[in-house]
Amino acid sequence: MLTIQNYVKAESLEQAYELNQKKSSRIIGGMLWLKMSRMRVQTAIDLSGLGLDTIEEEEDSFRIGSMVSLRQLEQHPGLAQSTDGSMRECLRHIVGVQFRNLATLGGSIFGRFGFSDVLTEFMALGAEVELYRGGRISLEQFAAMPADRDILVRVILPKEPGRCSYQSLRNSSTDFPVLACAVCAGENRAAAAAVGARPGRAVLVRDEEGILSAGITEKSAEEFGAYAAAKIRTGSNMRAGAGYRKHLAQVLVKRACLEIGGMQG
Amino acid sequence: MKLKSVSQPVRKKDAMQLLTGKPVYLEDVAPAGCLTVKVLRSPHANAIVEEVNEDAALKVPGIEAVYTWEDVPRQRFTMAGQTYPEPSPYDRLILDRHVRYVGDPVAIVAGETEKAVDQALKLLKVKYQVLEAVLDFRKAKDSDILVHPEDSWKSLCPVGADNKRNLCASGESGHGEIDAVLADCDIIVEHTYHTKACQQAMMETFRTCCTIDLYGRLNVLSSTQIVFHVRRILSNALGIPKSGIRVSKPRIGGGFGAKQTVVAEVFPAFVTWMTKKPSMMIFTRQESQTASSPRHEMEVHVKVGAMKDGRIRGVDLYTLSNTGAYGEHGPTTVGLSGHKSIPLYGSLEAHRFSYDVVYTNVMSAGAYRGYGATQGIFALESAVNELAAKLGIDPVELRKRNMVREGQVMPAYYGEQTNSCALDRCLDRAAEMIGWKEKYPRRVLDNGHVRSVGVAMAMQGSGISGVDVGSATLKMNEEGYYTLRIGAADMGTGCDTILAQMAAECMECPIENITVLGADTDASPYDSGSYASSTTYVTGKAVEKACARLREKILETGAELLSCGTEQAEFDGSVVADLQSGRSVTLKEIGTAAMCGSCRALEVTESNSSPISPPPFMAGMAEIDLDPETGHVELVEYAAAVDCGTVVNPNLARVQTEGGIAQGIGMALFEDVQYSGRGKVLENSLMQYKIPTRLDVGKIRVEFESSYEPSGPFGAKSIGEIVINTPAPAIVHAIYNATGKWFRELPVKPERIVMERCED
Amino acid sequence: MKITVTVNGRKIQEDAACDLLLIDFLRAHGCLSVKRGCETSNCGLCTVMLDGRPVLSCSVLAVRADGRRVETLEGLQEEAEEFGAFIADQGAEQCGFCNPGLMMNAIALFRENPEPEEEEIKEYLAGNLCRCSGYEGQLRGIQAYLAWKKGVRS
Repeated sequence: MLTIQNYVKAESLEQAYELNQKKSSRIIGGMLWLKMSRMRVQTAIDLSGLGLDTIEEEEDSFRIGSMVSLRQLEQHPGLAQSTDGSMRECLRHIVGVQFRNLATLGGSIFGRFGFSDVLTEFMALGAEVELYRGGRISLEQFAAMPADRDILVRVILPKEPGRCSYQSLRNSSTDFPVLACAVCAGENRAAAAAVGARPGRAVLVRDEEGILSAGITEKSAEEFGAYAAAKIRTGSNMRAGAGYRKHLAQVLVKRACLEIGGMQG
Repeated sequence: MKLKSVSQPVRKKDAMQLLTGKPVYLEDVAPAGCLTVKVLRSPHANAIVEEVNEDAALKVPGIEAVYTWEDVPRQRFTMAGQTYPEPSPYDRLILDRHVRYVGDPVAIVAGETEKAVDQALKLLKVKYQVLEAVLDFRKAKDSDILVHPEDSWKSLCPVGADNKRNLCASGESGHGEIDAVLADCDIIVEHTYHTKACQQAMMETFRTCCTIDLYGRLNVLSSTQIVFHVRRILSNALGIPKSGIRVSKPRIGGGFGAKQTVVAEVFPAFVTWMTKKPSMMIFTRQESQTASSPRHEMEVHVKVGAMKDGRIRGVDLYTLSNTGAYGEHGPTTVGLSGHKSIPLYGSLEAHRFSYDVVYTNVMSAGAYRGYGATQGIFALESAVNELAAKLGIDPVELRKRNMVREGQVMPAYYGEQTNSCALDRCLDRAAEMIGWKEKYPRRVLDNGHVRSVGVAMAMQGSGISGVDVGSATLKMNEEGYYTLRIGAADMGTGCDTILAQMAAECMECPIENITVLGADTDASPYDSGSYASSTTYVTGKAVEKACARLREKILETGAELLSCGTEQAEFDGSVVADLQSGRSVTLKEIGTAAMCGSCRALEVTESNSSPISPPPFMAGMAEIDLDPETGHVELVEYAAAVDCGTVVNPNLARVQTEGGIAQGIGMALFEDVQYSGRGKVLENSLMQYKIPTRLDVGKIRVEFESSYEPSGPFGAKSIGEIVINTPAPAIVHAIYNATGKWFRELPVKPERIVMERCED
Repeated sequence: MKITVTVNGRKIQEDAACDLLLIDFLRAHGCLSVKRGCETSNCGLCTVMLDGRPVLSCSVLAVRADGRRVETLEGLQEEAEEFGAFIADQGAEQCGFCNPGLMMNAIALFRENPEPEEEEIKEYLAGNLCRCSGYEGQLRGIQAYLAWKKGVRS
């Protein structure tokens, strides 16, 4: 059972950062994963008094506080429009509304969980994270880093004209994904597919060979699916084996491409 | 006779209390100040506890006691809730020095707070001598590794058990010359079907609270289906007389058979008996998933012989059942895998049913809705579907040619005759509901998905013939309302209401005039408990009997008040009337008179047991939408037609059916049980063991095709268990019709549909 | 830590342990409708409203509810009786253990979306597990209630 000695509702990011330098401290996001641990936390740091629970829409981006709930993301009309509806699609399978009212974007991203739908979606969307000390870096880079004691302040999602599709397969409807993928392509950016729940952390595969540059067709979608599947490493866990995940990566990336190309997979 | 209460969709008596969240469950009504009881569980699948160092744990403030194998009584018992002498072997101790699966209790810790107990558990130091374990149930029989090498192991019944061979039971039965019949068949289908140790996963985990009452007796309040068996088992386990124990149950948060085994009770009972302090144990979900009483894993080998014209002539079925570390329900569940699958086919000239039930070093199995029939029916119904495919005969048609009919004798079902059987109508009805003719076998949609259908039939029993006892005490109170006391346990099924409906019907009164009280070993008449689909059929008949006798007593009392003979008096539910004089006396007056200078108790108790166990029947059909590229299966619709005899409460029967089907869908598609190499269950939470959500079950449609069972109350048979039996074979059949692949192991997850090559 | 939580309209002040979960805080204060069915935030039995939003009280620290408003089924008895009657008429309450969580989340759904479609109902309530009913009876009850409610409104 998780035990917590002290609870501090941080009054500033600086205070939160200072407290978090101790190994026995923990930032609490939605508490959902932390609760399941048997950790003995000396100081639990709550960021909920710092105004990080808002989604600010700016001209070229969304600035999303780390304490924004998954449910807020799911219901935000601007995000829905900007992500082609894929934001809702990546979230709606996650346990239930009550869970998503608690789970935070910060918790989902900072945890860099292998199974994360959220990490997969935001990576494909070209998100950046803003760290209290580390400043702004791409989510792709952040996801590859080991966990440290910095604080994730917000996530910046660029608004880029383009299309996006989220696809996942689950053994049952609200389970973790067996494999998840998001493909985004736009006027200013080449297509890229993020593949998550491999079961390792999501990774980004860019269309470096311009497979889709001449347009999305059945054939190019198929090819890019195969390309992405070849590029990623998959593994086995209790939900499925590596071989099937490879296969799924190909199918789901292809389908995502077809969807953004206006063809149903 | 026009029925007023029976066959009506009466609201459950406790419905509004439950829906408005009233505190009626164990943890809500337990007294304050109970010691928290938890157990330390073995991390090894097979080991000897060499030493438990309790010193540090005992020093934790608030710790009341730590118990190990050295502290508990040495006589073995079974935790299976069954009628004495139990077929399940006496192979348990409260704590055993020999721990036999990952999760087997090593020590009991009791303390004032959960925090203290958790801390003490961490501080217990245990030295184990780790032994090699037998984890594969196919290798258990006659293995060098013995799960129960001890000489104190004992089997009370001749079930073919031998602990020195890892055998919990074995046996064979049959009729006709099976080998000759099979040899004479045009076609043989022979395969092995594997089902796993699925969890009941009722929403309320196992829990028990114990106190010492004012007479110094052990007072046990438990979330159980079987108060009387719990009393005996605790008496056996603690070595104290039954007279010193009282067991009762509050409202139960689901059971499905899980609570037909004494999973939690012995630990707080031991703590309270030793400390004389109130204590409570609440299983975590993890404990409920890993140290409880799931379905028996079974491998069923089926050989079906038929002629080219579709005549099914012989079935040879062998079941290998895995009872795990202990033998609860091992010898009995296995029987149903044959006795409640083979009789579905009335055309058989011969059959053989043989089985072995083996001990292994995994969690011990128990009773789960369907109780072996589910596993056997998955196997046989799948084999018959495979036969239909081989013969090129529509599987619905094949069944019509061979299924059991009303009036037939069923050699594989203890020679019982079907006095009520509407299986033929069930199959027709289900086919109509799903549109079998149009949909069989498949069609391909524009998006590449395949829509296909599948079918299965099922049967079960209604109580255990010649064993189960149902009883009812009916008492008339002063205002003329009745109290019905029962020992059966309403676990959400609505039996309190159903039995009250029957009583209301018999007593010709509104159902509001019947109050129900159960189950309490001190107050209730003896009832073997709510399991084996017995309550409606067995206890229902006891209610009928009790009502008839109470009516006589009321008539006698009324006639006495009217100063006339009973032969000229009549009771119509409201008044006793003297038919000659026309004078009458009301129930209220009779009730009041019975409490002044009366020598006649307006209370009767009746028991009932049945020499037969009439099977309910059912047909189920699944329509699925299968995505061939990903293997994803979406259940579109499930159509079921059930013959449970007279439907006592259409609403409750319907919801029982829908609920059972949903559980069957989970079992077919994703409820998995996997072990690590060291015998640890991976699906140890509701995060990993996925039960269906409302997005996973499609549209479930249920209709009833009633027969009339002459031996049942108002013609009723059972419904509780049969409803889980059809989804697995029907869905697997639909998957075959979509993909051409037979899946003979459950669950069929998407990965398998894409990746497995399946032989034809 | 000293906290003040408004539970069903009543202010409760208490010195709460930092790791006390909201579910245990609520049960200790008589809100026994709040049930626990798992340890992994999966079952939905412990659903309560926190500042009007349905959340899993097993996954919220009591200290985090400081200064906030919590509603449990004890505080929504009228709504529970009105809506619950429709579930009762289906016999879909069954063992009843998951009912309070379902009632809470259904009430949250009705507040957020008074006329939900079937798919919206299923998706909103997907986090409320029930092992007894197979969900069909719950759906029939919800739809009957919504139809009745619509009749009352118009």
